[in-house]
This record gives sequence, C-alpha cells and structure tokens, in this order.
Amino acid sequence: MNTTIMLFLMQDGITNGAIYALLGLALVLVFAVTRVILIPQGEFVTYGALTYASLASGQMPGTAGLALAMGIAAFGFDLFVQRRTLHVRRLVRSFVPNVVLPAIVLALTGFLVSRHPPILVSILLSLAIVALIGLYLYRIAFQPIAHTSVLVLLIAAVGTHLALQGLGLLFFGAEGQRGPAIADAALTLGPLRFTGQSLSVYAATVAFMVALWLFFGLTLYGKALRATAVNRLGARLVGIRTTLSGQIAFLLASLIGALSGILIVPITTLYYDTGFLIGLKGFIAAIIGGLVSYPLTAIAALLVGAVESFSSFYASNFKEVIVFTLLIPVLLLRSLAAPAVEEEKD
Amino acid sequence: MGARLPMLLFALVMATVPLVPQMPPFWIVLLDNIGLAALVAMGLVLLTGVGGLTSFGQAAFCGFGAYTTALLTTAYGLSPWLTLPLSLIVSGVAAVLLGLVTVRLSGHYLPLGTIAWGLGLFYLFSRVGFLGRNDGISAIPPLSIGSLRMIDPGTIYYAIWTAVLIAAWLTMNLLDSRTGRAIRALRRGHIAAEAFGVHTPRAKLLVFIHAAVLAGLSGWLYAHFVRAVNPTPFGAEPGIEYLFIAVVGGAGYVWGAVLGAGIVVVLKEVLQSYLPLLLNGSGQLETIVFGILLVALLQLAPAGVWPWLISWLPWKPARKRPDASLSLPPRQRGPGLSGVLLGVDKARKQFGGVIAVNDVSFDVQAREIVALIGPNGAGKSTTFNLITGVLPATSGRVAVLGKPIHQAPPQEIVRLGISRTFQHVKLVPDMSVLENVAIGAHQRGRASALASMLRLDRADEARLLAEAARQIERVGLADQIDQPAGSLSLGQQRIVEIARALCVDPMLLLLDEPAAGLRHMEKQRLAMLLRELRDGGMSVLLVEHDMGFVMNLADRVVVLDFGVKIAEGTPEAIKTNPAVIEAYLGAGA
Repeated sequence: MNTTIMLFLMQDGITNGAIYALLGLALVLVFAVTRVILIPQGEFVTYGALTYASLASGQMPGTAGLALAMGIAAFGFDLFVQRRTLHVRRLVRSFVPNVVLPAIVLALTGFLVSRHPPILVSILLSLAIVALIGLYLYRIAFQPIAHTSVLVLLIAAVGTHLALQGLGLLFFGAEGQRGPAIADAALTLGPLRFTGQSLSVYAATVAFMVALWLFFGLTLYGKALRATAVNRLGARLVGIRTTLSGQIAFLLASLIGALSGILIVPITTLYYDTGFLIGLKGFIAAIIGGLVSYPLTAIAALLVGAVESFSSFYASNFKEVIVFTLLIPVLLLRSLAAPAVEEEKD
Repeated sequence: MGARLPMLLFALVMATVPLVPQMPPFWIVLLDNIGLAALVAMGLVLLTGVGGLTSFGQAAFCGFGAYTTALLTTAYGLSPWLTLPLSLIVSGVAAVLLGLVTVRLSGHYLPLGTIAWGLGLFYLFSRVGFLGRNDGISAIPPLSIGSLRMIDPGTIYYAIWTAVLIAAWLTMNLLDSRTGRAIRALRRGHIAAEAFGVHTPRAKLLVFIHAAVLAGLSGWLYAHFVRAVNPTPFGAEPGIEYLFIAVVGGAGYVWGAVLGAGIVVVLKEVLQSYLPLLLNGSGQLETIVFGILLVALLQLAPAGVWPWLISWLPWKPARKRPDASLSLPPRQRGPGLSGVLLGVDKARKQFGGVIAVNDVSFDVQAREIVALIGPNGAGKSTTFNLITGVLPATSGRVAVLGKPIHQAPPQEIVRLGISRTFQHVKLVPDMSVLENVAIGAHQRGRASALASMLRLDRADEARLLAEAARQIERVGLADQIDQPAGSLSLGQQRIVEIARALCVDPMLLLLDEPAAGLRHMEKQRLAMLLRELRDGGMSVLLVEHDMGFVMNLADRVVVLDFGVKIAEGTPEAIKTNPAVIEAYLGAGA
C-alpha cells in the first residue's frame, strides 16, 4: 500500500469524520433530552449549506421565509394552548421570539442579499435562519406529543424529515450547489496538503465540542438539559421547564447541523437530499457511542469517516454496505456489554 | 373470539368490490397496493406494536421474497407457485440469521440495528450482478391457475386479499394463544415472563420470523403483480413507510395494519394526483403535505386510528367464560414430600464491592411457611433472585430436593415447581387479569405457535384458561377477571401475581412483600389462603415487612441484616432475640 494514498485517505476520513462527530453529538443531545431520534438532522445540514451558498451567490434563500412561517405557526400553537388564559405579557413573550425575531432575520436577509455580504455575515445569517427553524420545529411538531412513546416520536421525526426535504427541493431546486471556501490558505506537511477549508473543519469541530462541554459543565441551562436527559419528571419537580430544555436541544442541534453544512459545502457539492445520508453517518457514530456518550461518539465518528474513506477507495461499489454493516457487530458488543436491566417502558 | 362474523363480512365486502359495475380499475390497483402494504404492516403490528421490537428493515424482507421468485422464475423458469414456499423460506431464513443477531440487541439498539441491515441489504440488492443491480429483474411471469393468468389488477386482487385475510386470521389466532400471551408480555421486560417458563429470546425470534415471512409473502405477490423488481421498493424509505402504516393505524391491532395501509396508500395517491393540479405541479409538494399530515395525525391520535375508531363503537365484544370443568394434569410429586424442600447453603452475591448476600444458609421444609425478614437493604429480594435464577450466585449452593439449581436459568427452576411474585408488580397492564394469570400456566401448556395459528390448540388453551380462572377464583378476584390488570389497585395486582404463581402448581411459593398495599381484611384473607395452601402440601417462603402478619402466619422466621443471617427460629423466639431487636431498633433500644 502506498503511504501517500493512505495518508490522503486518512486525511479525507478525518475531515468527514469530524463532521459526523458534530452531527453525532447533536443527535445524542436531542435524543437524551427529548427522546426524539432526530431524522431531520440531515435537513439542517442541507438547509445550512444551501442557505449559505445561495447568500454567497446573491440569491434569496427560501429558508428565511420558512423560518418566519414556522415562527407564526409556533405562535399559533402557543396561542391555542393559552386560549383560556390569555395574558398580554405572556403573549408578548411568545410573539417576540416567534414572530418578530424571524421577521427581522428575513428583513436583514432581504436587505443584505443583493449587497454581497462578507462571508462571515453570510455564515451568521445562515446559522440564525436554520437555528430558528430548528427551534420552531420542536414547538410545532414535537412539543405537543412530547409525552408519547419513542416510536411515535420517531415516526413524527420521519414526517418532519419528509416535509423539510420536500421544502428543500422547493427552495433550492434539484441542482447541487457549492459555497465559497471559508479560508483559502493551505498548509503543506510532507506529502500532505491541508486546505484552509479542512483546517477550518477541524478547528470548528474542536471549538464546538469544547463549547458544548463548557455549556453542559458550567452553565445553569446546560445542567438543566442534563437533568432533563436523566429524568424528565424529576427535572420538572425541581422546576426545570422541560419544554424549554427540548427547545434548547433542538436549537443546538439545528445550529450544529447548519454549521456542518456550511463547513462541507465548499468541499463537496450538496443537493437538497444529500443531508439525509450525511445525517445517517452521524447517526451511526452516535449509535456506536450508545446515544449517551459524547467522547465515544466523537471517536466513533472519526472511525466511520475513516472506514468510509478507505472503502470508497477499495470497494467503492460497496461503500455504503460496508459502512452500515459496520454497525451490527458494534451494536451486538454494546448489547452484550450492557447490564441486563429490566426495561420498564410506557 | 367474537371476531369471526365481522371478519366474514369484511371478506364478503372485499370479494364483491371488483364485481361492482363501473368500478374504476385504478381503485382496484390502489386496493392491491393497500393489501400488499397491509401484509407487511401486519407483521410489524406483531413485532413492534405487540412485541415492542421496532424494525425499519421489513422492506428488505419483501426484497428477499420478491428477488427469490424473480430470479427463480426468470432465470430457471420455475413456476411461481413453486417459488412461493421458497420465497417464504428465504425470507424466514434471512430473518433467523438477522434475528439471531438483532433480537439480542437491547433497548434502542434494536431499531438502530434494523436500520443498519435494512440499508446494507438495500445497497446489496442494488450492487449484486445476478440480481440485475439497479435495473433489477423484469419480465417476471404472472401468477396463473390453469388457463387463468392473473395479469390484470382485478384478478391478482383476489390473490392479494386472500393472502391478507389468511394472514390476519393466522396472526389473530397466534395472539389469542399461549404463545401470543408470551409475545404480549415481551414489551414489559423479560424477568416476569422468564420466571414462568417463557424463553424470551425464542419468542422474540418467533415474531421476527413471522413478520419477515409476511413481508416475504408481500414481496412475492408484488413481484408477480408488477412483474418486475428493482431495489427501490426495498430500501430504507419504504421500510420506514411500513412503520408509519403500523403506527398510524394503531400499532398493536391487526386490523390497524389494514386500516393504516388504507389511510397511507390513499393519502399518498390523492396527494400525488391532485396536489400538482392545484399548484401547477411544482416540486415535491406531495411529500411536504404528506409529512405535515403525518405529524398532524399523530398529534390527533397518538395511539393510532383503529383504537380511536373502536372506542366509538356502541357494543363491546363479549368475552367467553373459560369452562371451569377442565383441568390440567397436576405436577408429579416426588416421594420427598417430607424433609428439606429448598436448601440454601452459603449463598453469596457480590455486586462489585458490595456484598448483598453474605454466605446465607437456611432451608425450607415441606408444608412450612418461612418468613424472610430484615430491614431495608438486608438482601431479601436478592436472595429471592438467587433462588429463582434471575441472578447467578457468586458462590454457594441452592438445592431443591437435594438437586443443585444455582446454575439453572429461571425457566428450569419454575419447571421444578418453584414460582414467585415480585416486589415491584410485573403484570402486563393492558392484558386482562385472566390472560395475565394464564401466563403462569405457560409451561404446563403444550401447543406450539404453529398449532395456535391454525387453531389446533383449542383443547390445550381451554385447559390453561380454566386453570387460570380457578386460581383467580381461589384468591378472590373472580369479579375482576376480565378487567385490564393495570386498572386494579396495587394491592389487588399483588394478589393477581399470587394467582399467576399458583398457576404453576408449585411445591414452593416465593412471595415478595405480598401484603404491602393490602387493607386489614384483605391481609386476613391472604393469611387464610396461605395457611390453606400449606395445609394442602405447599411450602411458602415470604418476604414481608408487616410484622403482625408475619408473626401470626410463619412457622419459622429467618432474619437478614446487611446480607448476613443474624437469627432464625420460631416467631416467639425471634420477637425476643436481642440481635434482631438491635437490627430493627438500634442498640440500647
């Protein structure tokens, strides 16, 4: 085996793996807090990537309008729930984040899009749009059925995935897009050439993981989220609003998804439906991590990236088969290692 | 089972549908598709709704069925009727192989595992040369009986719906049997079921195979209906769609699968044909609306549409009373009905650094009530778990009639005539009291799953239910016999557990806090029942905190504290034992 090829494949694997790690972390987070297996995670990736690419090419992304529409729907849900106890202060508290905020973002997007905003502004706008979509998605689709079984939540997640994917086609068309690179610099180490883009992938992944770690370890909201993950009822009894925890989890997940999309769209062409498969790979990493452990998920993601990169070189036809069947022995090992606890499900 | 008449009516209606004049042929195609989807969803009802095993991979089993017949009929010219059993066998064997790996996965690993092999198999179908890669296999011959070739949708319709009705009949029969009760108990964890002789991995594998064979049947029909196969209908998305169907219709209800298939197939069709007209055919509008409607439907009826519809019915299906005159053969009692029945010798259980049971020795004689008491955390329930094989002992010996049992699994121990109740009630709340108690008689039944499906188990089944009804009457819950076990008070649920344990026809009854949650009169009745059982030749070992109850009832008392036996003797001796008083009240009391 040629060392250069191997190193090259490794590098490719690590770059992809870093993205899968981010997505895997988001999936673990959402599942732990809300018991939702976040199938639409892939849509957050494509939305982030294609919103960014659209902004960079001076096109108005449809997602900004979607965020406002979903915000209005979320406000409607709030209104419906509070219909018997309407109160001005609570109305305002729902109106501002659900309607005013996305309206501002939409206006800002419309204002900036024709003026060729700098890359950083485009990134921030894309992140804001997708994060809002994630937040409202929880309010509309999952909060009303938060108490039901994992199975029902899962089917709802699939439903939202279908709807969002269809909307993606509507907004971005069937053609793939690429976005401008975040950094043009390149670094050469021996036979390896690191592009600025892959370096920013590593940097962003590490930075985000550290930020998450700090968030969960040090902040009150982070601790509230962890408490909800461990025991919903217990968290409620000590005054944690579990709906808020769910909203934060979705917000973070959509933020992570959008960021991942923005990081890879300069490297690979993304289509409206690419996100699903990328999300699935993150999912595999999350599963290997047992849907609970963050560090294990990160390591597993790197492994998935490496396996994918090597199998696409040696047996490209069977690349997906290899990646997905990789899971079975891992699952088996995890099941055997897990203590035989009695499952008391709903 | 009062479902025979509605089912006949349904069959009759379905049979006349294609004969209606002016029936648009397109509707028949839709009904064909509904039937095909309902078959797969029915398997999921049993697997996911009843057994609690979520699978995303069912479409892959359709693929096994479809590709088997496609390959054999085109490349080797076999008759489709000959490939029917082969398709079912291939799906079944695939299910055994995948199931052996998958059903051992616990909790959420299971659905994830099924996604993994579902996707893996899909990519395999689309890459393997002799299966035609992405193009698949075409020119599959139609089904034919004599000169009748089932080419048009109206003829194969009868093949599809006959299959659906037969599958529904078999599945409902299976659920309404000894094996069915074992399957229905799976969702509530395995400890209770195993304590009454159910082999949970085997039961899980069985539903897995059942679901796969139904999917394989659907795949076989599909191949001869469309007469071409390619990988697309067997991938991840259809796999998820089958799960939708089951959940929307009402996972857990056989007819929910048919209803769910109807809803989802018609909905998709309506959206696909009318939405583009409405909005000038832009994009994937139907997917968007379908996704939104799906979420909305789940918010309106989270348990599914079928149970929601049933709750509107004015009449409730009547339950048949078990015939109490039937009886099961009693256990063969050995000659050793005097002397030591259960011997516990230096039993020890260590969890990491904690020694929960520390070299405890005691025995239970025939016709004796022994109480195991001690403060919380003394190791009483752990001792129970060591005796019944739920936990393996770290060291020491447990023997029944001199035969060592400390290595035996729970299923073997119950066969020896040792049955138990649980400190935390382990009943299946949505099953009736009768059905819950009948699980206790599981290992006294003989009928196999296949016999149950074909209704050959009725004599066996009637005897099991009669035994269950008799034990329910014995513990005084005859009035509650048809109620869901979950609707009873906690105290009554404990009594139901005793009836279930009595169904084993045990030599030794292990009761974990039977009197907790009972009122005074109920406690007295329980004590009377236990004395009666002892006088009838049974031994009882019980853990209990109610000292009045224990001291009046027990012949002998064993006291544990921090895993160590600190005293043993008659109730009178224990009451005045200084070590016991210290353990309960502290030194100096």
